[in-house]
Amino acid sequence: MAKVTKLTRPTLSKSDEIYLIGIFKGTLVTLKHAVKSVMGKSRGADSLKSSGLGVTMQYPEEKWDDELPEYYRGAPALVTDEMDRERCVSCQLCEFICPPKAIKIIPGEIAEGDEWAKVEKKPKEFEIDMIRCIYCGLCEEVCPEQAIYLRKDYAITGTSREEMVHDKEKLYEIGGKRVGLVNKWNELK
Amino acid sequence: MEELILFIIISIAKVVGITFVLTLPIIAYSVYAERRFAAIIQDRVGPNRAGIPLTIFGFKKDINFFGLLQPLADGLKFILKEDFVPSHVNKFFFWLAPALTMVPALVTLSVVPFGSELFGEKLVIADVSVGPLLIFAVASLSVYGITLAGWASNNKYSFFGGVRSCAQMISYEIALGLSVIPVLMHFGDLNLSNIVQQQADSGWLILPLWNESGHMFSAAFWSSPETHERLLLWIPMIISFFIFTISIFAETNRMPFDLPECETELVGGYHTEYSSMKFALFFLGEYAAMIVGSALIVTLFLGGWSIGFGADAWVISTFGDWAGLIHLGAFLTKLVAFILFFILIRWTVPRFRYDQLMKLGWVVFFELALINILIAALVMSFPHLTATEFSATAVGVVVFSGLMFYIAKSLDRMLASDTKKEAQS
Repeated sequence: MAKVTKLTRPTLSKSDEIYLIGIFKGTLVTLKHAVKSVMGKSRGADSLKSSGLGVTMQYPEEKWDDELPEYYRGAPALVTDEMDRERCVSCQLCEFICPPKAIKIIPGEIAEGDEWAKVEKKPKEFEIDMIRCIYCGLCEEVCPEQAIYLRKDYAITGTSREEMVHDKEKLYEIGGKRVGLVNKWNELK
Repeated sequence: MEELILFIIISIAKVVGITFVLTLPIIAYSVYAERRFAAIIQDRVGPNRAGIPLTIFGFKKDINFFGLLQPLADGLKFILKEDFVPSHVNKFFFWLAPALTMVPALVTLSVVPFGSELFGEKLVIADVSVGPLLIFAVASLSVYGITLAGWASNNKYSFFGGVRSCAQMISYEIALGLSVIPVLMHFGDLNLSNIVQQQADSGWLILPLWNESGHMFSAAFWSSPETHERLLLWIPMIISFFIFTISIFAETNRMPFDLPECETELVGGYHTEYSSMKFALFFLGEYAAMIVGSALIVTLFLGGWSIGFGADAWVISTFGDWAGLIHLGAFLTKLVAFILFFILIRWTVPRFRYDQLMKLGWVVFFELALINILIAALVMSFPHLTATEFSATAVGVVVFSGLMFYIAKSLDRMLASDTKKEAQS
């Protein structure tokens, strides 16, 4: 049977009431932290890849990129498949689900004589406004063709609003090639 | 006439040297020290980048000097920021308040002895014989700056900050003034230069380990009656030091007592509505007050510019005219150590609640300081009294202490029941 004990609020001892001893102990704690962080031996300094002072990293010189988890949600990007086909069929689902309305797609036709003419559509223009994007990953979730993925790029910067809009070329550059999963167009099954 | 001109020139040189060359950089760098020290206490790095941006001029790498140029960058930023005056403020007092916090802090520097003599000139701007009184008188004016800022801002948070600061500074000024009385009784002098000279000769106030008859390792020191009196006086002096230091924390609005600004409750307290250089003046005034406070503690209790253990006379005889610089170094070392202590306390102790602050001031320190004066007087009167007189006085002190203790207890109980009633209603 579980043993039930009634807990009472602890009362201050006489030494706590004087308060000075508490302050003294407190200064010892902070001083210990100071000494340890100067020596680079703060708790967690190793596992957090400290720069040698405290537990923090010197960002632009040192980066956490290798430690990013598989599920990291960075910049969304378009991918091509193993045969260099653009996976996006411009169904516009991601455009409609995008909560901040960051995605803009102008659908285009695939020409008659093309190898992939049976896919019928591909985006003529595909733009993601990275100022608006909130990295929620709904576009990746909703895409029926596995064409848009959130990659590990996080330092998206620019000096103007125009620069912050990723066009199709840029998106494919970030995304690169992905293999597998969608084989309905290529008879690889 | 020539003497007057010389005096004016020397005074101007001292003013410029001590305020602009010494103190203002110390103020700027104590802000930097605050940020770096806070950072390493919290396992962070702190500002370590600001330096010479060589990459702008086409070089490969910046020189960053551990961020030592950060205060310069901060100052530049404050000057270039928009100086915004809200439309709802009382303009005159709104403009006056920042100056009223900065100026008293710097004026009080005028009587602090920074070193002994350099080419026959004392390293103190005004060698007046009312040093501590002048500091208390002028430093208490800085409460006007904060209170006026809070009131003129026409904003309830600022107003709360101003009111709190008013109550806090007035309460702790009493403890401050009372705690320094035993010290002045011991020295019998109000000239800070003389006080430091006395400490150089016969031991720092809270470290009386040497005097004219020798130092702590010689037999003559331990057998001299002067030593015995000093060692007995040690107890009230330590109590004085303790009350004085804590009251200085409260006077300068430093961390355990920074209720006037109190970010978590009052947005920014009295300086919520201030920006740009006006805010910088408050900021600098606060740090200047901290430096003056540290300087005063060092001067009164820790021997000012003296190196101690009888080394001062040796320094003066060896280095002659240059001895002042060595003493200046000793003073600045103590000052910096004390500033670091202020910073350490700030990042260790959480803020007091307002009623706890007032209770500490009025119920604990006020009574303790009063009793302390009597104890010091009792110790000092010992050689001059007969046995009967002395025991009668001692009984008087004990009765007075008991009375004080009773008053403190009943005040405490009254306050506690008040708080309870408020909680119930």
